[in-house]
Amino acid sequence: MNEKIKKASRHTNQSEGLIFEKSSPGKRAFELPPLDVPHADPVKALGAHHRREGIEGFPEVSEIEVLRHFTRLSTWNYAIDLGMYPLGSCTMKYNPRVNEFVARLDGLATEHPYQPQELSQGCLKIMRLLEKCLLEMTGMDALTLQPAAGAQGELTGLLLIRAYLQKQGNPRKKVLIPDSAHGTNPATAVIAGYEVENIKSESHGQIDVEKLRGQVTEDVAALMITNPSTLGIFEQRIPEIAEILHAKGALLYMDGANMNALAGVTRPGDLGVDVMHLNLHKTFSTPHGGGGPGAGPVAMKKILEPFRPVPILVEKEGGRLALEPIRPDSIGRVKAFTGNFGVLVRALAYILAYGPGVRQATEDAVLNANYIRKHLEGVYELPYSLPSMHEVVFSDAIQKKNGVNTMDIAKRLIDYGFHPYTTAFPLIVPGALMIEPTESESKEECDLFIDAMKSIAEEAAANPAIVKTAPHTTRVRRLDEVGAARKPVLRWKPATSRGEAAG
Amino acid sequence: MAYPKTYRYSKEHEWIEVKGDLATIGITDYAQHELGDVVFVELPKPGAKIETGKSFGTVESVKAVSEIYAPAAGEVIEANSELQNTPEKINTDPHGAAWLIKIRLTNSTGISDLMDAAAYEAYIADKGKEASA
Amino acid sequence: MRYLPKSPAERQEMLAAIGAKSINELFSGVPERYRLRAPLKIPGPYSEAEVIQYFSDRAAENSAGYTSFLGAGVYNHLRSVVTDAIIQRGEFLTSYTPYQAEIAQGTLQAIFEFQTLMCQLTGQEVANASMYDGSTATTEAVLMAERLTRRQRVLVARSVHPEYREVLKTYAKNSGLRVEEIPFTANGTVDAKALQGALKDDVAAVVVQSPNFFGVIESYAPLAETAHAAGAMFVVAITEGVSLGLLRPPAEADIVAMEGQSFGLAPSYGGPFAGVIASRDKFVRQMPGRLSGQTTDSEGRRGFVLTLATREQHIRREKATSNICTNQALCALAATVHLTLLGKEGLREMAEQNFSKAQFALAELLKIPGIRRSFDAPFFNEFTVELPRSVKMVNAQLLRERIIGPLALGTPYPELTKHALVCVTETTPRGEIERFAGALKRALEQPI
Repeated sequence: MNEKIKKASRHTNQSEGLIFEKSSPGKRAFELPPLDVPHADPVKALGAHHRREGIEGFPEVSEIEVLRHFTRLSTWNYAIDLGMYPLGSCTMKYNPRVNEFVARLDGLATEHPYQPQELSQGCLKIMRLLEKCLLEMTGMDALTLQPAAGAQGELTGLLLIRAYLQKQGNPRKKVLIPDSAHGTNPATAVIAGYEVENIKSESHGQIDVEKLRGQVTEDVAALMITNPSTLGIFEQRIPEIAEILHAKGALLYMDGANMNALAGVTRPGDLGVDVMHLNLHKTFSTPHGGGGPGAGPVAMKKILEPFRPVPILVEKEGGRLALEPIRPDSIGRVKAFTGNFGVLVRALAYILAYGPGVRQATEDAVLNANYIRKHLEGVYELPYSLPSMHEVVFSDAIQKKNGVNTMDIAKRLIDYGFHPYTTAFPLIVPGALMIEPTESESKEECDLFIDAMKSIAEEAAANPAIVKTAPHTTRVRRLDEVGAARKPVLRWKPATSRGEAAG
Repeated sequence: MAYPKTYRYSKEHEWIEVKGDLATIGITDYAQHELGDVVFVELPKPGAKIETGKSFGTVESVKAVSEIYAPAAGEVIEANSELQNTPEKINTDPHGAAWLIKIRLTNSTGISDLMDAAAYEAYIADKGKEASA
Repeated sequence: MRYLPKSPAERQEMLAAIGAKSINELFSGVPERYRLRAPLKIPGPYSEAEVIQYFSDRAAENSAGYTSFLGAGVYNHLRSVVTDAIIQRGEFLTSYTPYQAEIAQGTLQAIFEFQTLMCQLTGQEVANASMYDGSTATTEAVLMAERLTRRQRVLVARSVHPEYREVLKTYAKNSGLRVEEIPFTANGTVDAKALQGALKDDVAAVVVQSPNFFGVIESYAPLAETAHAAGAMFVVAITEGVSLGLLRPPAEADIVAMEGQSFGLAPSYGGPFAGVIASRDKFVRQMPGRLSGQTTDSEGRRGFVLTLATREQHIRREKATSNICTNQALCALAATVHLTLLGKEGLREMAEQNFSKAQFALAELLKIPGIRRSFDAPFFNEFTVELPRSVKMVNAQLLRERIIGPLALGTPYPELTKHALVCVTETTPRGEIERFAGALKRALEQPI
């Protein structure tokens, strides 16, 4: 084929340059309606503030080029809409399209957070109903919808604890965190002004309650627990753990990332949890969008209610809703405006679609995980044998004997049409494979996944090289991460010569 | 890679070579191997004071960051500027060209407690056994 | 249920394969007494039509049919339908964080383009892949300055958005940072003398916003010089990004914290938006948030990966530059698409229209007896006026004419009771500006 002719089929799969590389002066992709007021000359009025020269390097392309560019880019992505993401603790479930539709309604997408509250009752009702549903699910007394993501929810939760303890005279110094915890937990504790002390897991992967007894002193503000743990195993002694903490005046924070195993089946509030965050972009189906936006509402017991971030959503006479900006003991705001309202809308749409039937989703999630576990036990090493809930953690111990590790297996899984599971986490399992199918996977998808994993195990034994050099079928091969970190190139710059190949 | 006999070694995998009241400090071949490809090194400036047992900098790979702990106390005279542009030298020549800092010792107690080459090689051999246990 | 791809028979098959008699066996790890016996008391299940009906009913209870003159950090700008056509593609909407680079090149290249656009707009060298919003970006910029300077005091202009200052206070309380406020002068700009007086060698950052909360444009150079002379970093917050189509960017800033809502994101009652931090290359290792970096694969193709991840929580844990994990990727993508659609000329034209409309609106309002400008200073698309009577009362009357009036400033700025912040953008029709002026005139003519 004449290499000079670039056929369309090559473009969509192969090369697509940066939008800046398609730019040419004078092309436009967007036109504004004509100005209906006199044109005011910015030069005199703005003087030195005026940006005389245009924005250097800013793209100049046409509408079709923009559309093609990003459409082509999108074809390089894997997505839930294409297939399973067995990522542990990410809960990559179906993102219902009706959620997108309602979030975009005129009258919801268009509202300004500072408009009069009497013209915002629709928005406030949505927030209030979501609060009620989440309180019912978690068994808690009060909620804030302000945090923009799980990590921000964690911070809010710890700040609530700090404020509560401070009010009693001593905010205390330490937060206890299990060695199996997600990285945001210790990072957050430090931002909240606490020292992190690790708690080891015992031989079954659960929190070592006897060790904990010794570690909980009056210097400890809280324990951050994930339940089920990042091993996918329910922390059976959580009520006892709560008691140990409460006896010393400390509180129990629960990372709600794994709520998909609990919704409709049990309630963290009943188990003794004092405060927790939820990840709406996990359990409640709001889309990951390549890394956000999410939302991390925080649910709490009554004792923490006075410290909630302002403004507070209250019900007034006649059912009127209002946002009240003043609460003397509030920790303040963690974010401007009301929170990620558009994400809250999507989460409520999900909850309303299920109603009390959300329990079925939880059951299917646990069913899928156990089905996969049953079929892969023996094929991959299972380091902890207690019952799995919505996710299961294997290790690469068997495959390591042939020099194949969890990263290699994950990359080979891509060749079978799946996104990798979570590799090398939790840290307490060396060479971990953390698998969470969610309820959105059919039996057929689960069987395909199981077959792929079995096949890779066979390859690891008979032909390890093919696993170690995977993936083989993607648009790009393994990328040089070392080079990217040594000499970071983090933006496009105009080429001084025409040397830059688009690959 | 051989472990020079004139160096002393710490449990955190730093080496130190003493010449009078001056010393050169680096990380060992074992340490660079554990880290993987080094992408960045953060070192103190000349004039900075370092304390025995405390962290004085970091060595970064793609997947991890390691603190570097001072095997002795002193004042930094020179930091290896080549490592700014070619941090990968730590992987290829950790005991030689990829020295990290040169210091004037203010306190040399404790250096004799550090391991010699033979003891260090035994130490990391044990670690190897632990890892595969 | 339509989201669950299982038939009852399949559930039975799977249970049998597991060796469990019922699904309840799989929950044996949950102590019996904590298992719910009754269904949750929540509404539903709703069919798709009922879901739509519920939200349509709520949408009808808001501000439809009113014209708004509100800005104050959230702006109505034109948005192209092309943006949604792209971000609604399943490959973007439903994809995960691009940790597995080989199957996420679409997201990673788009982030790289976003980072580039943000640098071009702000005149900085490097930008991250997004923060939650402008308020948290500003806070994280301050924390970044603290790490870089190892100093504990922060001087924030009072003319920075009140809610941004509130968020900073919440975070600062626990990190030992002392936040002090610098007043504004009679013409609405940062009081440079007060700043000079407050600066000592213990200040990590000086934070200003431009255009500031009153819409007034600040002069960066002298403020930056003052800050730098004391060894402090100069942090600039930008709430209205469209202004950069017309105004000189803060090239003197060490760190810029910008809100990207103006770039194609719906107001959506306050979120989700997209903040960004932009700074100098030499500070990149202290920058929070994700970064997409260019690299090559084993066969020499250009590709992109998340890089410098050792700054982040999943590796550095306690020592991370921030706890941020999920950010605002899809919103940043929307901003990227929007800005490439607008392009160089489109953004400039949009900015100029904002400027012209605001000049027109001010002129119309100044015709009304009793209305004065609060600050005599250059502005972009927002300005502050002083009314001869209570803003609250006036706004109540404007509402009757289906106009959402300007923001009353008396609560965040007690010395500015009777002052109000007016915003007009390219979306405010001339007829509505004139109608607003007319309604305001009538409201002021009413006997008290």
